[in-house]
Amino acid sequence: MKAKIYINYKEGILDPEGATVSKALKSIGINGITELLIGKCIEMSFDNQTKEQAIKIVEDSCTKLLANPNTEVFQYKIIED
Amino acid sequence: MKFAIIVFPGSNCDYDAYYVISKHLKAKVDFIWHKESDLKDYDCIIIPGGFSYGDYLRAGAIAQFSRIMDAIKVEAKKGKSIIGICNGFQILVESRLLPGALITNNTTRFISKKIKLKVTNSNSLFTKNYQINEEIEMPIAHKQGNYYANKDLIDRLEDNNQIAFKYIKNPNGSSGDIAGILNKNKNILGMMPHPERAAELLLGECRGVEIFRSMLHQVL
Repeated sequence: MKAKIYINYKEGILDPEGATVSKALKSIGINGITELLIGKCIEMSFDNQTKEQAIKIVEDSCTKLLANPNTEVFQYKIIED
Repeated sequence: MKFAIIVFPGSNCDYDAYYVISKHLKAKVDFIWHKESDLKDYDCIIIPGGFSYGDYLRAGAIAQFSRIMDAIKVEAKKGKSIIGICNGFQILVESRLLPGALITNNTTRFISKKIKLKVTNSNSLFTKNYQINEEIEMPIAHKQGNYYANKDLIDRLEDNNQIAFKYIKNPNGSSGDIAGILNKNKNILGMMPHPERAAELLLGECRGVEIFRSMLHQVL
């Protein structure tokens, strides 16, 4: 079993890296992008955990360390073997 | 009267702080490795700048779980003065000892230069030797020094007089031009600029030393 975790800035917080990359794409002629956000993607693998246990591990990890609740939000998906 | 300088893997302003405390204040000072668990013999605690744990994940995020942080929380509750400089500030916000967050500079770049600050609270354990609105010059050297606070938090910080320093010209996008804040009890200061690098005229500016002198005198 694996988890893919996505962490992004909360809405309303300027993502300077995203804004810069978005401008760079425009400068090479790629148009139509209204917003580009650069976050983090974390992949996690588990030993013999149930799906419920894996969810708990992911949520614990995100709340305690992986995401900063002041500025970031997280989403995840569990991928079963 | 003793200062402790906390050393994490990746701290790199620890010796600068040690030099200032021992040479200019002539006070006792020890390096304390982050795996230690007791700070009761110390009166003032410095969390220095650097790149603890390589700034992995977020600057200060991993250091918040070092054993020494429990001791720091114990001493903080007793009211001892604690200063976090640059990465030390990042560690203090990640540990929730100070409110808000420090995110990537709005320039996206690492900024290393001298900047001007305005003293906005001259009545704390750390800033008594300054005049209100006094301008002081110090270097900054960071990539994640953009202090983020929503409007409610900024209002609370203003109302409680918790903002110690503001940038005169905001270099990194910090909310409310904030360069340094105090906790509610005013015994913890976090700041991105480096007072330990502005502590003697040979380096172009010496007013930074007054923060440490002020910490020393409130104990004596």
